[in-house]
Amino acid sequence: MSTSTPLGKLRTNGLLWPIVALVALLVVNVIARPSFASITLRDGHLYGSLIDILRNGAPTLLVALGMTLVIATRGIDLSVGATAAIVGAITTTYIVAAPDPASARAAFIGMAIALVACALLGVWNGFLVSVLGIQPIIATLVLMVAGRGIAMLITDGQIITVNNEAFSVVGAGFVLLPVSILISIAVFIGLVIITRRTALGMLIESVGINPEASRLAGIRSRTIVWMVYVFAALCAGVAGLMITSNVNSVNPNSVGLWIELDAILAVVIGGTSLAGGRFSLAGTLLGALVIQTLTTTVYNLGIEPQAILVFKAAVVLAVCLMQAPKFRARFVRRPKPPTPAIRPTAPAPVPSKVGQ
Amino acid sequence: MTEAATAQKPSSTGAPVVEMRGISIEFPGVKALQDVDFRLLPGEVHALMGENGAGKSTLIKALTGVYTIDSGQIRVGGAPVSFARPAEAQAAGVSTVYQEVNLCANLTVAENILLGREPRKAGAIDGRAMRARAREVLTSIGLHIDPASTLSTHPIAVQQLVAIARAVAVDASVLILDEPTSSLDADEVAELFRIMRTLRDKGTAILFVSHFLDQVYEISDRMTVLRNGKLVGEYLTAELSRLDLISAMIGRELGEMDALARMTASHEADSSRVPTLRARGLGRVGSIEPMDLDVHAGEVVGLAGLLGSGRTELVRLLFGADRPERGTIEVDGKPVSIRNPRNAIAAGIAFASEDRKGEGLIADLSIRDNLVLAMQASRGWARPVPRRLKDELIEKYIELLDIRPANPDALIRNLSGGNQQKVILARWLVTQPKLLILDEPTRGIDIGAKAQIMKLVATLAAEGMAVIFISAELEEVLRISDRVVVLRDRQKIAELEGRSASVNDVMSLIASHSDGSTLERNAS
Ligand SMILES: Nc1ncnc2c1ncn2[C@@H]1O[C@H](COP(=O)(O)OP(=O)(O)OP(=O)(O)O)[C@@H](O)[C@H]1O
Ligand SMILES: [Mg+2]
Repeated sequence: MSTSTPLGKLRTNGLLWPIVALVALLVVNVIARPSFASITLRDGHLYGSLIDILRNGAPTLLVALGMTLVIATRGIDLSVGATAAIVGAITTTYIVAAPDPASARAAFIGMAIALVACALLGVWNGFLVSVLGIQPIIATLVLMVAGRGIAMLITDGQIITVNNEAFSVVGAGFVLLPVSILISIAVFIGLVIITRRTALGMLIESVGINPEASRLAGIRSRTIVWMVYVFAALCAGVAGLMITSNVNSVNPNSVGLWIELDAILAVVIGGTSLAGGRFSLAGTLLGALVIQTLTTTVYNLGIEPQAILVFKAAVVLAVCLMQAPKFRARFVRRPKPPTPAIRPTAPAPVPSKVGQ
Repeated sequence: MTEAATAQKPSSTGAPVVEMRGISIEFPGVKALQDVDFRLLPGEVHALMGENGAGKSTLIKALTGVYTIDSGQIRVGGAPVSFARPAEAQAAGVSTVYQEVNLCANLTVAENILLGREPRKAGAIDGRAMRARAREVLTSIGLHIDPASTLSTHPIAVQQLVAIARAVAVDASVLILDEPTSSLDADEVAELFRIMRTLRDKGTAILFVSHFLDQVYEISDRMTVLRNGKLVGEYLTAELSRLDLISAMIGRELGEMDALARMTASHEADSSRVPTLRARGLGRVGSIEPMDLDVHAGEVVGLAGLLGSGRTELVRLLFGADRPERGTIEVDGKPVSIRNPRNAIAAGIAFASEDRKGEGLIADLSIRDNLVLAMQASRGWARPVPRRLKDELIEKYIELLDIRPANPDALIRNLSGGNQQKVILARWLVTQPKLLILDEPTRGIDIGAKAQIMKLVATLAAEGMAVIFISAELEEVLRISDRVVVLRDRQKIAELEGRSASVNDVMSLIASHSDGSTLERNAS
């Protein structure tokens, strides 16, 4: 088992199969419609199907990044879609009601208020999970169910349409690339730095792997778990801004609908285990791209709408199976037969002392 | 050394029930087993010996189908087998207690014992029959606990006994016990040996792993010694002296072991000064009766007592692992309020738990991360331990404790039990505590490493650290301690000078306070 080759490395850190899936999907698309791969430059903006994938995938990626940390702590956050809807509702409602609804000022204040509210939603989730010790799936279900109701109350049951250029930038703007994907990539890079350059990543993993041992080692597990839910809510909030800004309107019933599922799938495809513990942000990035490409593919191939979800499920299942060590051990032939039925270990230990 | 002793005549008759030939297993970067032969005869107790990381557990897991072998052949009852998973081995009559207690903490004792073999009535599980059957099994190994109690409410030693009960509950032709005695008291060990002898006399083949040489010599008929994943030889216990056994295991002659006997605490505690730890009236309902405890700088205080006497409960209160309900704690004369482990760590207290798997290891993290965990936690996430310091510490402790493999990036889950224990110990040593609490620190550690650790504790004390030392092995406690606090029924019943006290003194103290119910343990 060589871990020194690039391929070996990808295999051991679990990024191999998401990459394979992504490439395969792209190839299928190019075959089905050769223009798929073309990217054109118009008015200083890049256009093309690939760019669309990035733009449409930006909210999913953002939500999935927050979800990655939540899952790493053994949690899950089902309320992200509802949070996105609430943020969209607050922002648009504020902008529409502002004295100068087309001004940048209105847009900024609206978004700021919405994000503060969104952080509070995260505080609420974190409180339920880390202080009251409620099972994360139940704790966040509360907001998942109640959240869209709250969003409806905010918009008074209306679909609100805004006309504000500053606000449009978030979801539909371009600086060569779509602004939304730039935001998501910035968050991704920032998150990689903050988790891997500080000890945060390790402490999160530690809490997720063994909460009791972590507590006894003196880790502030409660604070860490709490922070993670607030972060996830903020990610969901910004994603909500992207989605509403992209279409310049908000429908509390549909903004971010099912985005929690896409995000969870992205995390899982990226190789982070739902059982918590070690997480891979790069994996999540790939996972989000796979999910979005998949959605695009479905439309691109003209698959009947009824079959879309089944198709999606099949691809996700395939990737997850390839990720599973047991499945691979049984069905994928390897050059060197029987290998221990254990989880693949990360870097190969050097037997310097063992054979002395 | 008699390296050529492999072809000994078996002490018992009959063809081997288990025969393993040329077994090799390689993990990434580690040759855990290389061309190992092993056989197990019916009606014998066979000890598998070797240092930490020698490959004992791996050999067992190769047999039971936890690991797939890279090469070699395994026969059980004469027929070639290759178990794909442990359940198949179980079905073929190989019953195993693994080194790490492998039960479901949330299920009841009865459910754990009979998992997968529940008595049924009209298809549904018959709860009453199940509890009755479980009680029978428990009684047969001398354990009197409520079968309906949840497993996690019991201390680790009782859990270990439950795992044993589960294994002996089936009529297996092969019984494998990987370090079953590591947290048991003398009485329980005696009980276990009684059962093992009965089973052996009925023709069961028993494979036994232990780092306690006394136990091995008491119970085993034959031994197989492994070193660094290779077979050293197979011997009749009666024909192999301890010194020969030790040099077979570690591959060199031994000078250090003698030093162990004389390595009594040579340090002097200055008891006129303010004690490092001063606990007054510390207690918690249902856990510990209020008690006082002083530990001075440079002093090793041993806690002696039977299982369930409150040793672990007491130190958990000191560390804030459980919240004390009453009493005060002073560290260096200053009152501190300890409500959680963070408070204790901030006050300079460190605690290595007896439950390595549940309360120590972060299994999926590397040796490096596990080692700096406590230090990192007290620095907070924003101030990572600098890479340089980290590397220095890791190098130092891998060397000092001889942690193998010496690769900081190896996941701790892949280390042998004894090496995991060393990493946890190192985790606390790097925090440079004023008071170091060690609950069964030598659990599962081979005798060479045990000597190292005992010496380390003595050195730390000599340098001024206060130490509380708990071990089920009374000799060990007496050897290392300046003072021994004897506990019984969650109360302190005496304090003795460590060096002058003998095992008998302590045992008779415990017995004299006894009211007859020596081994009664309850779920609470
Ligand atoms: N799953 C695994 N992945 C990688 N290495 C492993 C794995 N399991 C065991 N090893 C390595 O194989 C070697 C043998 O380990 P094993 O657990 O068999 O030792 P042991 O003799 O049981 O020791 P101990 O007395 O400490 O329990 C060790 O070097 C260990 O690090
Ligand atoms: Mg072992």
